[in-house]
Amino acid sequence: MKLIRLLAVIPCLALLFAPLIANRVEPRVFGLPFLLFWIMLWIVLSSCIMLIIHKFERKSLHE
Amino acid sequence: MNSAIIILCAITIFAFWVAVAANYGKTRQLEGWAVGNRNFGTILVFILMGGELYTTFTFLGGSSLAYNEGGACYYILCYSPIAFVFGYWLTPAIWKYAKEHNLVSQADFFIHKYDSKVLGLIVSVIGFLSLIPYLILQIKGLGIIVSETSYGLISSNSAIWVCSLVMVVYVMISGMHGSVRVAVIKDILILSTVFFLGIYLPVHYYGGIETMINTLELDRPGFIIVNNTDFNPVWFVSTVLLSAIGLYMWPHGFAALYTARSSQVLKKNAAVMPLYQFLLMFVFIIGFVAVLKLPGLDKAQSDLVLLKLVKQTFNPWIVGVIGAAGVLTALVPGSIILLSLATLLVRNILSPFISLSSKKELLLVRLCVPVIMLAALIAYNYGGQTIVGLLIIGYGLVSQLFPALVCSFLKYNPVNKYGTIAGMLSGTMFMLVFILTPLKINSMMPTSLTGVSGGILALTVNIIVMFIVSIIFKNRSSLS
Repeated sequence: MKLIRLLAVIPCLALLFAPLIANRVEPRVFGLPFLLFWIMLWIVLSSCIMLIIHKFERKSLHE
Repeated sequence: MNSAIIILCAITIFAFWVAVAANYGKTRQLEGWAVGNRNFGTILVFILMGGELYTTFTFLGGSSLAYNEGGACYYILCYSPIAFVFGYWLTPAIWKYAKEHNLVSQADFFIHKYDSKVLGLIVSVIGFLSLIPYLILQIKGLGIIVSETSYGLISSNSAIWVCSLVMVVYVMISGMHGSVRVAVIKDILILSTVFFLGIYLPVHYYGGIETMINTLELDRPGFIIVNNTDFNPVWFVSTVLLSAIGLYMWPHGFAALYTARSSQVLKKNAAVMPLYQFLLMFVFIIGFVAVLKLPGLDKAQSDLVLLKLVKQTFNPWIVGVIGAAGVLTALVPGSIILLSLATLLVRNILSPFISLSSKKELLLVRLCVPVIMLAALIAYNYGGQTIVGLLIIGYGLVSQLFPALVCSFLKYNPVNKYGTIAGMLSGTMFMLVFILTPLKINSMMPTSLTGVSGGILALTVNIIVMFIVSIIFKNRSSLS
């Protein structure tokens, strides 16, 4: 149960170190430079991950 | 007079009226005035928090950084989602503790946790110092918008004085309830403006975002990613980290957390907030459009880039609407900051020394509002910082509160009040030296760390001192 919270670490690292991991113009996605796409992708994913964690926490609260 | 400035004035006066009407018949207690009676729901808290996080800085500072430094501007996208992950666990804990102990201000929190009034005073002073550049940034933005929208009719300096006066009157009349309603108007205006500009401008000048980026990449290869200039990857990572740490530390952000109805509201907010970031991407695109279409602005002028581009492209009346959106994005957060500064000064910095009835306290808070504004205006005349530079200074100061806050939630708190006091003081002193001395601390750093944010260095000093002093004084506190 607690393990699922560790998921939250992934978007943090992906965003914090973005210019070290994905500092490239190519490949372009939706016309955006890859670095910008990478960052936008992880912003959306971080929101999804936090909603999943929120769901799990509420479920365990009701049990 | 031109139509742009008339439209701008009309919308500002309308917002003003809404704010005054909202206050009619509301409670006059300080708690009601400052924390909105603690009963706002999900959507209102979401808007209110958005209203604070997305300010003039987003609008003018974001496009200016994109124009000056290219890909380095993405840092603004990265830090808040990280902060929201912290916030998911941190904010409900803060809210719960604040509710149990009936806290009003941020300093109350530290006073209760560490049982030290001195620490509370230091927290208040740090909060106060860090909010000043944040307030100056909003005033600077207001001045730029009004003087640009007037097509040179009003000079930037007189615009700043008029706007400061408007902000002071607005805060003194309305308090927190006023800003919520205006925040709604403001967010709708700014959202539609930025989406419109971010899509229209690249299509108008280049035929689309993709072509624009192709052209930019041909002309200045690598500009749209993080380069090896002063704003290199080390600068990027350290500034993202600093800002993520500082985001929830702002005294007014803390106060906004107290207004939530339940901790579930805060959890859901923290999960959804990152989606607000899409707005920012369009701000950067506006800055990128200007790189080739409005070349040659120097750093001091670069904060004007969005408005100059808008003026070059549109009719005066559209310039007026966009200007009004900009005025509200400065006025709403600016008034919240001003309100926090005044409450901080009276409740937490002055009140240990003088005792007041709650009625007199509220009166004194209102009287402090113009005094603080005047102080900020004087400070403004000394600094030549860009909007982004001002914000990073504020973050460097305010993040000094973070180590003590996190430690206070641990099951066995490894640090005590002596350590936190010493740590905060040394970190803040380091940061002030970093700002005020022309000597670049960076020049003394190893080359692999060039560009590292001063705030992160100050935070390192803070943490080391905090632990060392806590260990030294550990036995003393148990003896006494």
